[in-house]
Amino acid sequence: MSANVVPREVAASDTLTVTVNGRAVTVPRLLPDWQGHPATPTMLQACAAAGVTVPHYCYHHRLPIAGNCRMCLVEYGLPALGPDRQPLKNPDGSFIINRSPRPAIACATPVAPGMEIYTETPTVKAMRESVLEFLLVNHPLDCPICDQAGECKLQEYSVEYGRAASRFVETKVHKPKQVDLGPRIMLDDERCILCSRCIRFTRDLVGDDALGIVNRGSYSTLSAYPGRAFDNNYTLNTVDICPVGALTSKDFRFQMRVWFLKETKSLCTSCGTGCNILIGSRENVVYRYTPRENDAVNRSWLCDFGRLNYKWIGRADRLKEVRVRGQTVTWARALPEIADRLKAAAPGHVALIASARLSNEELYLLRKLAQHIGAVTDTVPRAGDSDRLLVHADKNPNSTGARVLGLAADPAGSNLPVFTERIRAGTITSLLVFGEDLTRHDFDAETLGRLDLLVVSDILPNETTAHAHYVLPGCAHAEKRGSFTNVRGRVQRFFKAVEPPGDARPEVEFLSEIWERLTGKPTPAGLEALFNQMAAEVPAFQGLTWAALGDTGRDLASLPHAM
Amino acid sequence: MPAERRLILQYLDQPGYTPDLECYRRHGGYTVLRRALELKPRTLPDGKTVSPQEQLRQEVTTSGLRGRGGAGFSTGLKWSLVDRKSGKPIYLICNADESEPGTFKDKQILYKDPHQLLEGMILSSYANDAHLAFIYIRGEFVEGARILNRALAEARAAGLLGKNILGSGYDLEIHVHRGAGAYICGEETGLIESLEGKRPYPRIKPPYFPAVLGLYQCPTIVNNVETLCAVKHVIAMGGAEYAKLGTPNNTGTRIVCLSGRVRRPGYYEIEVGKVTLRELIFDPAFGGGLPEGRQLKAVIPGGVSAKVFRAGEKVKLKTRGADGREVEQEKDVLDLPYDFTTLIAAGSMSGSGAIIVLDDATDLVGALANISEFFAHESCGQCTPCREGSLWLAKALRRITGGGGRPEDADYLLHIADNIPGGRTICAFGDACAWPVQSFVSKFKDEFVARGKAGRAGQQQPTSA
Repeated sequence: MSANVVPREVAASDTLTVTVNGRAVTVPRLLPDWQGHPATPTMLQACAAAGVTVPHYCYHHRLPIAGNCRMCLVEYGLPALGPDRQPLKNPDGSFIINRSPRPAIACATPVAPGMEIYTETPTVKAMRESVLEFLLVNHPLDCPICDQAGECKLQEYSVEYGRAASRFVETKVHKPKQVDLGPRIMLDDERCILCSRCIRFTRDLVGDDALGIVNRGSYSTLSAYPGRAFDNNYTLNTVDICPVGALTSKDFRFQMRVWFLKETKSLCTSCGTGCNILIGSRENVVYRYTPRENDAVNRSWLCDFGRLNYKWIGRADRLKEVRVRGQTVTWARALPEIADRLKAAAPGHVALIASARLSNEELYLLRKLAQHIGAVTDTVPRAGDSDRLLVHADKNPNSTGARVLGLAADPAGSNLPVFTERIRAGTITSLLVFGEDLTRHDFDAETLGRLDLLVVSDILPNETTAHAHYVLPGCAHAEKRGSFTNVRGRVQRFFKAVEPPGDARPEVEFLSEIWERLTGKPTPAGLEALFNQMAAEVPAFQGLTWAALGDTGRDLASLPHAM
Repeated sequence: MPAERRLILQYLDQPGYTPDLECYRRHGGYTVLRRALELKPRTLPDGKTVSPQEQLRQEVTTSGLRGRGGAGFSTGLKWSLVDRKSGKPIYLICNADESEPGTFKDKQILYKDPHQLLEGMILSSYANDAHLAFIYIRGEFVEGARILNRALAEARAAGLLGKNILGSGYDLEIHVHRGAGAYICGEETGLIESLEGKRPYPRIKPPYFPAVLGLYQCPTIVNNVETLCAVKHVIAMGGAEYAKLGTPNNTGTRIVCLSGRVRRPGYYEIEVGKVTLRELIFDPAFGGGLPEGRQLKAVIPGGVSAKVFRAGEKVKLKTRGADGREVEQEKDVLDLPYDFTTLIAAGSMSGSGAIIVLDDATDLVGALANISEFFAHESCGQCTPCREGSLWLAKALRRITGGGGRPEDADYLLHIADNIPGGRTICAFGDACAWPVQSFVSKFKDEFVARGKAGRAGQQQPTSA
């Protein structure tokens, strides 16, 4: 589009109007580009504003524009200009439109006031058909064995826009088919449609110039840089953005057909960033995590470590039984006993250690419990490496929740050595532990042995559960509902994907029971009511409701954001 | 009588003419540059001043010079689109990638008269406030790169290049950069990507117009070797005088490359539009006709990417008569003046000026197969239609020439080719690889259908399944 055809109309407003398939749509003059910088909207953005889908492969709203797949070609017209470079008008005031003889790619072409975009003309349909036919010329008929089936854009667009049969009768180009690109990625070069999304993501977003194309023309082949493995902590995002089954996850390869997966909105728990995920599960087995879009947290991405950190959920040695001094019992037997023992415990002589991996709601109930029985509390900090992308040094998903709910000491973990000392001194005789193996944090078996009462709730067996008087099996986050507060103070919800094993129960359930037995007072019925009560009682959560958290969460109003 | 008009080629084939600076100077070399560097700002009646650079650019615009690389885009207009307000450095690049099959004109200049190119480049760089220029030369011109580097060294030693050229205060450095065997590096944005050290994937326009976002995302001018030499002559004689050569909208001289089945293949410089295709092929001053006993069958008028003309083909053209009225004429393609506009109006183009003559002994299906192999090999692979379509066409033609043709193959080839050009690809390579197929098959359909019927596949009975 040359300078000659863009009308120089100076609009007083900060919007402009274009027409998409005959319907006028108004868009802001500037919209964020892939980096968030203001730029003139593209035809694709205008079509999206008009609710019109334009099929595309290489375009991704968070990547620089490539314009190579040619799937988003549309036809358009621009207002004709007079000799004064002002638009010519019909008697009724409408623009006189010059129809462009050449199509344009919607993803890269900026709109202009008065532009008309046509996405459903016979020519546009023919172009989409031809792009698909060209893509399928060398693409192998791998659908029956390809992981992408069911979430493959080539399949989807072929059904919607393609021909029923290709006319190709020559021999296909063959390329390497099981390329070990890196420790987590398998590449099938024949399936690759050379959209370059993976290259742009890895080079421009991760800053690792690891992928490129070798050879040329129809023999172009995606490859890692010769001699190097594709091994940064974000490689699996390329599997998400690959429109076809060229890049696949070694972990998920051949594990499950995607149309069988239930997708549950949840959160990653490997660090304090709280990336939004979907848990893909079937019949109570988790098969994969995939990222969920959240502009405020993880955009469209996940780190590889967090993405693959789900296998512990299905471990065979998960705690499945309620135990009292090593003996398996029922909840009905254990909970009343625990409540009685807590009633009898002397205030000031009880300590409660709550993991920062517990949800806000669980921590809220523990806070009430601790206040009621006069327990001193703390949490266990967990630190590690961070990067400038998603990974935070705080490896607990809910340190902020533990802090604002008053369970963490200041600094978090500073009470732990105090507890050890006081247990040895005999001034702490009861200890409640939720979700931590204290023997990894300077509590040795001997110290634990001095306690009159040791109640431990956890999900996997460890040295602490081995010494517990009462073991209460809890749930992984995938097995319950709740919310976490991330390091930046954003409260986000997660939902239940799979059933807990054996007798394991969500912590809010048995904590509510203990509370009711201890105090005679009820707790709100249902998680939503529990959250809303917490928001009413705890100043940090003021103004929030469970419903208002939505799919992308809400920030705690009272907390500064830089943490 | 049609005749050559040797302007750029005036000296380089004369006996004893050598590529060194001494020889160039003896023939008046670098006097135009000296005069141009001495130009003073001119004050107009309304008080505005016109800088020397603007004066030089104006001469080029007045001359009507059009690019000689293949697209024929107005040089004055190209130069006027350069973003001079961004504060970024402006670069000038000489496109010496000469790779259009049938073209061998730039090679003559690079190998025999490099200083003419340098003088044209220094003038063009000065006119556009560029202080760094590049010559991108195809990798296969190994000796040509050496010759250019020797010429550049001579120029530097003589104060014609580098700092304070000829005491004018103008600085310019020129570097030679060798390509590595890709036709797509002749595409201006593919060239720029290659110069930046990357794979030569042409850039999408918008937004990457070289005049605004070119080399290193700075305003850049890319001009052909012959175009830059023509600039020297425009400045030497003045734009108005240059515009008297040739024909309206098709001014000056250009070098045509004649090859194929003619008695005198070679390169000839003519006034644009003053000589017809017939004269170029048959006149003793040029091609001298076909060998004894041969008849003309087809002419490719502008490099293999141009649409082919069939011998005897007639085209209807609208021309303006002497009385100013528009008349429609039917003309035999051979009687078309060899220029930019008429050949485009006739449904082809003069492209790089390469005229390939095919006679009645030529297997046209084989010729098209040969051309398609070239495009399949040279496709950069960036965008879908060209990447898949170019090899698909080549494979189909391999099958057809190998005896596996089918009666429906003519339509099959057209179907593939019709889905590549016309804005469906990132760059004009898509048009270049599709046009030969579209034109050969539609204008010589009888040959393709016959080949299809004679093929093994064509002779099989269709199955009932």
